[in-house]
Amino acid sequence: MPKLIIDGKEIEVMPGLTIIQACEQAGIEVPRFCYHERLSVAGNCRMCLVEVEKSPKPVASCVMPVSEGMVVKTQTDTIKKARRGVMEFLLINHPLDCPICDQGGECDLQDQAMAYGFDRSRYEENKRAVQDKNFGPLIKTSMNRCIHCTRCIRFSTEIAGVPDIGAVGRGEKMEITTYVEKAVASELSGNLIDICPVGALTSKPYAFAARPWELKKTHSIDVMDAVGSHIRVDTRGAKVLRILPRIHEDINEEWLADKSRFACDGLARQRLDRPYIRKDGRLVPTTWAEALAHTAQAIKKAQPTNMAAIAGDMADVEAMFALKELWVSLGSNNFDCRQNGSLLGAGGRATYLLNTTINNLEKADVCLLIGTNPRWEAPLINARLRKAYVQNGLKVFVIGPKIDLTYPAEYLGESPTILNEITQGTHPLSTLLQQAKKPVLILGENVTSRSDGMEIHQTSMLIAEKFGFIKADWNGFNVLHRAASRVGGLDIGFIPSEQGKSTRQILAAAKSGQLSLLYLLGADELDLQDVNNCFIIYQGHHGDIGAHRADVVLPGAAYTEKDATYVNTEGRIQQTRMATLPPGEAKEDWRIIRALSELVGKTLSFSNRHQLQQMISKKHAVFQQKNIVAVQGWVMGSGRVGNITPAPLKDAVVNYYMTDPISRASETMAACTAAFVQPNQQENKAHG
Amino acid sequence: MEQFEFTPANLKTIGEIIKKYPAGRQASAVLPVLDLAQRQAGGWLSSAAIEQVAQILQMPPIRVYEVASFYSMFNLKPVGRNHIQVCRTTPCWLRGADRLTELCKTKLGINKGQTTPDQQFTLSEVECLGACCNAPIVQINDDVYEDLTPDSLSKILDELKAGKQPMTGSQTNRQGSAPEGMFISDDQQAGSSKQNQQKT
Repeated sequence: MPKLIIDGKEIEVMPGLTIIQACEQAGIEVPRFCYHERLSVAGNCRMCLVEVEKSPKPVASCVMPVSEGMVVKTQTDTIKKARRGVMEFLLINHPLDCPICDQGGECDLQDQAMAYGFDRSRYEENKRAVQDKNFGPLIKTSMNRCIHCTRCIRFSTEIAGVPDIGAVGRGEKMEITTYVEKAVASELSGNLIDICPVGALTSKPYAFAARPWELKKTHSIDVMDAVGSHIRVDTRGAKVLRILPRIHEDINEEWLADKSRFACDGLARQRLDRPYIRKDGRLVPTTWAEALAHTAQAIKKAQPTNMAAIAGDMADVEAMFALKELWVSLGSNNFDCRQNGSLLGAGGRATYLLNTTINNLEKADVCLLIGTNPRWEAPLINARLRKAYVQNGLKVFVIGPKIDLTYPAEYLGESPTILNEITQGTHPLSTLLQQAKKPVLILGENVTSRSDGMEIHQTSMLIAEKFGFIKADWNGFNVLHRAASRVGGLDIGFIPSEQGKSTRQILAAAKSGQLSLLYLLGADELDLQDVNNCFIIYQGHHGDIGAHRADVVLPGAAYTEKDATYVNTEGRIQQTRMATLPPGEAKEDWRIIRALSELVGKTLSFSNRHQLQQMISKKHAVFQQKNIVAVQGWVMGSGRVGNITPAPLKDAVVNYYMTDPISRASETMAACTAAFVQPNQQENKAHG
Repeated sequence: MEQFEFTPANLKTIGEIIKKYPAGRQASAVLPVLDLAQRQAGGWLSSAAIEQVAQILQMPPIRVYEVASFYSMFNLKPVGRNHIQVCRTTPCWLRGADRLTELCKTKLGINKGQTTPDQQFTLSEVECLGACCNAPIVQINDDVYEDLTPDSLSKILDELKAGKQPMTGSQTNRQGSAPEGMFISDDQQAGSSKQNQQKT
């Protein structure tokens, strides 16, 4: 390992590092614009110049590899002068519009100009003027501000895998643009805003909304998909103005998917801010006392076997646990957290988790995707798979609809019966799987909602067992969830016991008029059209499908308004943090259920969140360890091939930008749907 | 929307060009293939042509567009049958390139970057064409005209207008990049005149 001296400090680093990386390890800051640790090295901004002994000129530290005995100086007068020179050149064409620039206050160029900027301009010629480009509904461009670092080009090409952005022209006339003014069609496009070191690419929905120093920043967890990305919620007063990613190397690295980032305007629209009761066919506003009394009366009237509860895709563990406790104490076993009708979750934890873990997906060499489109179901997991493809040449095979995953994949067909062929060894893939060192398979959770879903699940487990997916240090069997609530719900057993009704049975009973009471905990993706003679209670945060059909509406809190537990698809237990108060009279969800329990005469035995969480972790040991992924033991499956029907696997997500009550209420997501989803659908219609 | 399809002959040529590069490195052929496309389309690259090239070389269209926009030899707008490229780099400029541009402007009635209404001529200024010894020079399509004066360029333009092929190279009959006017030694002069005689 080479030893070098940086600013008089000796440091030993891994061979192959560049000087800037070595400086970082030594804790010395080197200014930079084009260098980004997750992108390839461009070396074009020249801001990171350092002096290296025996080198006649300053060298760009981001491209120069370290070598034994190197003596690096980062703070000499020469270097300061050189950096000041570079900065002066960068500022020649950069407009002096910081006061009206959205990047102001969190701008790399602004910050570094404080250290290296010249306080006057010696440039008397005209500044370059560049036309702004259309990057779509999420990214606002102000191309005069661009300093040509090419980070956006490298991000879209390398990480997002959507090479739409490029630099055309040359020299002073070089411009960053998309090919023929096309919107950047990536689910990760919002990250371009973060990596742009200046104000050339800024957030369109957040344009001129606030200054960074006015915002209250709350560290939280995202629930728009089951990845559980770490986020920072920026609020001013009661309004969530924007959501940014936080670094978590094992989950989202430093990226965030567009829905998670931009759907936050949906938090302020269509909100349920007070209780409602249906009177004469119309929902009328009421008081909590009346709404709860009305609900309690209906619950008391109903037979335990004829009442049911379904939890939606954004329900938190605390609320589901409270509701389950209430239901059990009432003597009902009809509750289900799988609103899509899946029957997953009866086996051990390893049967429904992404066991490989998101980070380890990078190490995989062969990947079989079964009925899942990770690009839309979990864009950040798709980014990991792409990373595995770029770094280790991951081979991807898909059973399901043909989709552009942003990396090459081989399509085996749409029928799940291919799985049987693979198990029997008659499929060409069988040999490849046998030779693979770190194979993974990813089963879309939605597949298990098919009538033969559990058979497919069972066969997938068999493949995993038969082809060495499960080893001492490797578990390649994965279920990719879409709903943030699902794993948590399964972990606390929010699924019916033998005597109870599952979602499918609940809906069937509701449609035949046998069900007298249905409690929807934020469940909006249900078909409630033919339901009759059923008292429906909707508890949730948005006036969406569930609330429209309800007889009582109990306003709950959205994920930015409560301290709640969610479990991601890997089985990682994480906490959201309250960034704002719930609007109007809305309350945290577990409180509503606790209040209701008192009125129905089955008072739940906790009276604050702490007690509730203690109870959860006492009953369900997995909740004792937060924020980590515990290794799950593998219990061998039945070893039988499932009885699979050849019906083709279908897309679980029709429109990435609108999958839940929050994103359906979001104007930004509506704009994205119009820009990215509808044109494709029309094209498909025209072709089909 | 412009249409663009390579001719079968050009497709064959493209196949041969791609073969020059290792398998999977077909993107390296982007320059010659763009050149073929430009020649086939009459001197410019439409976005249809760029997309066609991108498809053949399995590149994202933006990558091809980047290349096409980088080189001044690729035209992204239609040009006339004769694309006049006046060199304006220092040696040519010192030897009167400005006067050549001026002549083109007045004679053809167009400005830099414009095309005559009859689609005969497009005028552009370019950087060094690499024949500084015979400055000032002008490149028209693939031919280079050297040692120009406004008069000789005017004659060339007339001939082109009339559909004739003017004499290319030095307009003062200079041999290669030999010194202008007299040769220094008699031997060379003798040798040179011999060559001239052989030529005529």
